[in-house]
Amino acid sequence: MSALLNKKYLPFYATVLVFVAIFLIGGATYRNFLSMRVLGNILADNSFIIIAATGATFVILSGGIDLSIGSMIGFVGVSVAVLDSLGWDPLSSAILMLIFGFAFGAFQGWVIDSLDIQPFIITLAGLFLLRGLCFMVTVNAVPITHEWADLYSDIRIRLPGKGLLRSSAMVMLASLAVAIFIAHFTRFGTNVYAIGGDRESARLMGVNIRRTTVMVYAVAGFYSALAGVVYALYTKSGYPLAGNTLELSAIASVVLGGTLLTGGVGMVAGTLFGGMILGLISTLIIFNGSLNSAWILISSGVLLFGFIVLHRFLVSSFDIGNGR
Amino acid sequence: MQKETPQSAVTMRGIRKAFPGVQALDDVDFDLGASEIHALLGENGAGKSTLIKVLTGALARDGGEIALQGQPVEFASTGEAQAAGISTVYQEVNLIPAMSVLQNLTLGKTGGRFGVISWRRARAQAQEKLDRLGLKVDLDRALGSHSVAVQQMVAIARALDAETRVLVLDEPTASLDAQETSALFEVMRSLKERGISIVFITHFLDQVYEISDRLTVLRNGRKVGSGRTAETGRQELIAMMIGRELGEVEAAFAGERRAAEGEPVLTARNVGRKRLLQPFDLELRAGEAVGLSGLLGSGRTEMTKLLFGAIRPDSGTLEMRGKGRVGASPGASLEAGMALCPEDRKAEGLVGELSVRENIVLSMQAKRGWLNRVSRAEQEKIADEMIRALAIATPDAEKPVRQLSGGNQQKVVLARALASQPRILLLDEPTRGIDVGAHAEILVLIRKLCAEGLALLVASSEIDEVVSSSDRVVVLRDRRKIGEISGGEITRDNIVTMIAGNDG
Repeated sequence: MSALLNKKYLPFYATVLVFVAIFLIGGATYRNFLSMRVLGNILADNSFIIIAATGATFVILSGGIDLSIGSMIGFVGVSVAVLDSLGWDPLSSAILMLIFGFAFGAFQGWVIDSLDIQPFIITLAGLFLLRGLCFMVTVNAVPITHEWADLYSDIRIRLPGKGLLRSSAMVMLASLAVAIFIAHFTRFGTNVYAIGGDRESARLMGVNIRRTTVMVYAVAGFYSALAGVVYALYTKSGYPLAGNTLELSAIASVVLGGTLLTGGVGMVAGTLFGGMILGLISTLIIFNGSLNSAWILISSGVLLFGFIVLHRFLVSSFDIGNGR
Repeated sequence: MQKETPQSAVTMRGIRKAFPGVQALDDVDFDLGASEIHALLGENGAGKSTLIKVLTGALARDGGEIALQGQPVEFASTGEAQAAGISTVYQEVNLIPAMSVLQNLTLGKTGGRFGVISWRRARAQAQEKLDRLGLKVDLDRALGSHSVAVQQMVAIARALDAETRVLVLDEPTASLDAQETSALFEVMRSLKERGISIVFITHFLDQVYEISDRLTVLRNGRKVGSGRTAETGRQELIAMMIGRELGEVEAAFAGERRAAEGEPVLTARNVGRKRLLQPFDLELRAGEAVGLSGLLGSGRTEMTKLLFGAIRPDSGTLEMRGKGRVGASPGASLEAGMALCPEDRKAEGLVGELSVRENIVLSMQAKRGWLNRVSRAEQEKIADEMIRALAIATPDAEKPVRQLSGGNQQKVVLARALASQPRILLLDEPTRGIDVGAHAEILVLIRKLCAEGLALLVASSEIDEVVSSSDRVVVLRDRRKIGEISGGEITRDNIVTMIAGNDG
């Protein structure tokens, strides 16, 4: 299969390789690290970041950026919690918030395209706006007490070797599967790669730039809102500062997953591994016990830097970038 | 004048289109016969592209009528024109290099219910498109990893579908070498046999005679003539296009070739870089024009960039008279009085969003350093001088460069280089994508600059241009300098022989 050896998958393979390597290093250093249990926990603990990063992958593939992710997670979290205290069930409030996320993202996308403004600044405005709204909703941490929230956290599938696949991880994997389908098997997905690869050419090739851009940010908004719901149900509370700076972790996950920040090149599946690598690092440092949490950020930074350099190298040596 | 018959594929009558300050098309008629290859010729800014854009629905016309096979048509978008059977391939390959050939061929053309793509169907569809042109291309490889020629073919394959009756090719051969061009012509002929009419825009006269059945010439937005290619003489054609005979200009230059006598101002010893260009020696002298000839990929561009420092050499030394060693970086080269006009003006030469004035003063400002600002009045003076001296066709100096035609953009690149008052000027393909008229003007300019004591290096893919404008010619083959000829030795045949490698 020549398709499997396709050069454009090299960054993806590199990501998977790094993930496996870190996992093995952890296994060699600490007892019990190399287990389904740790893997299941990493999946669950990082599910909301990976969900948000999955949405962000579309944005970055299209050549844009979304900074409103973290605030969206916070806003959705407090909204679900406050609606819970008003007697709503989590399912209804989740549906409402997903619609809100989709609409909010669509609006951002529409502004970006119709007014031709850099996505950075529009979504930065979204970041401030949504974070402000968080504090309008509540300034306190609000618990979620509905019985369906307990039901949600009780759903789990046993994995071999004492591992558990929790509901958050299941939601994450399902939403990832949907995203992979959208990216690679729909006209919309191909259009996203096209406008990220060369916007002007895409326009001449008949791609509807406006509709695609609006949809890209709508999808990202939807995934951010979903991440917010998962986060709220996982922690069973809403807190107005939740998700602060999480957009940057999401972007880091996307880049670690092999997607070029310039757009047009990358894979949604890579984002899963990108997010898992970040999760692995923090787990490793927690396992160590003697290192403080500053090391999580330091090693994430070093890894991110190393990866960008590796990408640069791969792109220039194997012609997988945008250049002709 | 061609009669309107049901035989004609496209009839355009009295087309008018104005842009701010310019009447781009003025009462233009255009007839495209059934299954013919029709060359559309004209200088830069003559209105070729505008006419095509009106035909394909990319621009709305101000007046006139268009009929497709006798039926009046009105296209609001390129999509509608495409649906009616008019396909266009633009000058620059407008595809997406990072995506696979398969995706490029089928983007926007596949998708079943809910926009879900069946890659199996898309693959069959793409294969069919390639088969239609008899192409064999790996569908899964990224488009950008193929040569420009293949990308061009893919662009044509994409444009064609079963319903296509009219195909518009805008300068398809601009970046192809001879072999690739003949492969393209092969494809064009077979399409013609299948009843497709082709509008072929080019500035290569040889190609016009080789491939086209009829031709139409535009000048300054008006149609100046059309007819059967076989019945139109070359002199007549050039006369239609520029109203004077180019041959004279070129002959005059060839006659005044001088021996090298000026002081050497730039000396390259053993300069080279692995995989790009083998180490070479070269001397540029004041008042002398040196031509750089070779096939596509022989290292022409690389040589100009190595001399300028845009590519860092990994061997050898570059010395400039009175300045010592140079060539470390473009900034240092500019500082020392060297200037380069790059080949790809879109990507490397110009800042499209900036105005003509701003582009012209860019490198001048860089040379002076950022603290010593060129005053606005001075900028305007220099820009106006340059616009006049080089006859840049622009309503004023404040127009964004992006909106100028190709030839005029090239003149802006040249103006910018000249504004920094260099002692050494390196020109890479100064006439690429430029029509005959501007071509002659630029040759005149090259001569004039030389007479003023400038040392010139002109890299060109057109042998005749090298022959007519150089005092000395450096010949490259396979990324290696294979020789230098000067004076009476500079003939087309000699250069061809050297490039072909027959001299051993």
